[in-house]
Amino acid sequence: MLRIEDVVSCYGRIEVLHGVSLEVGAGEIVSLVGSNGAGKTTLMRVISGILPLTRGRILFDDQPIDRLPAHVRVARGIAQVPEARQVFGPLSVDDNLRLGAFRRHAADTSRALDRIYNLFPALAERRAQSAGNLSGGQQQMLAMGRALMSDPRLLLLDEPSMGLAPVLVDQILDTVANLRKDGVTILLVEQNVNAALAIADRAYVLETGRIVLTGSSTALADDPRIREAYLGL
Amino acid sequence: MAEFLQFAFSGLTVGAIYALVALGFTLIYNASGVINFAQGEFVMLGGMVTVFTHAAGVPLPLAALIALVVAIIVGLALYRLAIEPARGASPVTLIIITIGASILLRGGASLTFDKSFHSLPPFAGSKPLMIGGAALLPQSLIVLAGAGAIVIALWYFLTRTLSGKAILATAANRLAARLVGINTNAVVGLSFGVSAAIGALGGILMTPITLTSYDSGTLLALKGFAAAMLGSMGNPLGAVVGGLTVGLLEAFSAGYISSSYKDAVAFLVILGVLFLMPQGLFGRGGMERV
Ligand SMILES: Nc1ncnc2c1ncn2[C@@H]1O[C@H](COP(=O)(O)OP(=O)(O)OP(=O)(O)O)[C@@H](O)[C@H]1O
Ligand SMILES: [Mg+2]
Repeated sequence: MLRIEDVVSCYGRIEVLHGVSLEVGAGEIVSLVGSNGAGKTTLMRVISGILPLTRGRILFDDQPIDRLPAHVRVARGIAQVPEARQVFGPLSVDDNLRLGAFRRHAADTSRALDRIYNLFPALAERRAQSAGNLSGGQQQMLAMGRALMSDPRLLLLDEPSMGLAPVLVDQILDTVANLRKDGVTILLVEQNVNAALAIADRAYVLETGRIVLTGSSTALADDPRIREAYLGL
Repeated sequence: MAEFLQFAFSGLTVGAIYALVALGFTLIYNASGVINFAQGEFVMLGGMVTVFTHAAGVPLPLAALIALVVAIIVGLALYRLAIEPARGASPVTLIIITIGASILLRGGASLTFDKSFHSLPPFAGSKPLMIGGAALLPQSLIVLAGAGAIVIALWYFLTRTLSGKAILATAANRLAARLVGINTNAVVGLSFGVSAAIGALGGILMTPITLTSYDSGTLLALKGFAAAMLGSMGNPLGAVVGGLTVGLLEAFSAGYISSSYKDAVAFLVILGVLFLMPQGLFGRGGMERV
């Protein structure tokens, strides 16, 4: 479904991704792990079209998308839950969600809205509140709900568990695992490698802008390099 | 008392126009971070195009509509030809571009039209209403009502329509706006179009009272900018309060001190805000105070 081929990307003149290749098949949950500053967020931005690539290709459904503007990629079915949630703070919960369906027909919005409020009842109780006043966990749910409002086929999640209490982490990751049943394909960036490997089919390890290791989650969980570097075993 | 009322009426009337100019600044600033010093030229275009099409025999309402459309086209062209190509440039560069655009528009107006002052017939007669011994022109009421209607329409647009919310979302978080599929460049273009429309409507409403000429936008931009700064740049409610305040200060200083100080008030407001309260009356505000 998503194929990234030898992608190079830079901030100004500093090259951050040095030729990353990665693939996500339809219906898969794939994790991307790696330490701080490895370039995980950068890769997510390149996939969504926020940041241009300087070399390489991105294919979505076998079509090149790397020259398309970000809003067209959303319309094609790629949504992102960005790092640090990035909710529209001054706007209400309801408006945040409705804006998530910006590329859809108005007729589909209210049905999608019901679905999100069912998935996250805590948001339904606070639909008129400003998003900026929500707790961290609620903001994370809102960011996820907002991305789901576009009815994506590919969902990019950038550290959804960052800064959340362990119960909430479990709840968020459960939700992610359940999305697969609705036919959503997932690329998940996580620093919580244990949790990421537990729900993913496969994983890639990114280090300073290069993929250094890839394999099934079970194989990686047993890999001595992973156990030492990321699981602290 | 009659004198006080008289000054208040004239202050509120010009203040309403300054508020509209300040709203134009606010909208573009929120969507793009640009301070558009060509904002006053939209007001000038509203007045001048109406005057000249009306003089050419077009009925007043139609002339006003044509002026509105011309100003919107100029606003969109300004974005498309000058702002969008400079995307990613520093704010100072963008501000200089808008100053250049305002000089160009003024020059264009002086060539297309002329360099004299022009007026329009009042929309509802010129027999003043006497209130507490002070005279209130029917056109002043029209300016106030019109500005009020524009503010309400803008509020409705921003908070009740998806396109308006896209502007608010872009102002609140540009990255997230792009990630939900908002074409943020189009939003900035939209903000230029809406600001031009607001400015032009202000120009049409005020011309029967204040006259207009090819260069009347310069002082208006300055005063609208002072109003926007006073009301905290980026805050729509602040823009309205700031506009009315600058208008009233101006009218009272002209009335009680000397009319030669009138135009200095805006400078003093800008200096006062810069030195005493750089955040303006309403503190740091984005669109959240809509
Ligand atoms: N806007 C930016 N401008 C310049 N350099 C940046 C920018 N954002 C990130 N970088 C640099 O790019 C590199 C990769 O950053 P990135 O945010 O992609 O890492 P990450 O893997 O997501 O890290 P984390 O786990 O901390 O989120 C880092 O060295 C970072 O300093
Ligand atoms: Mg990151």
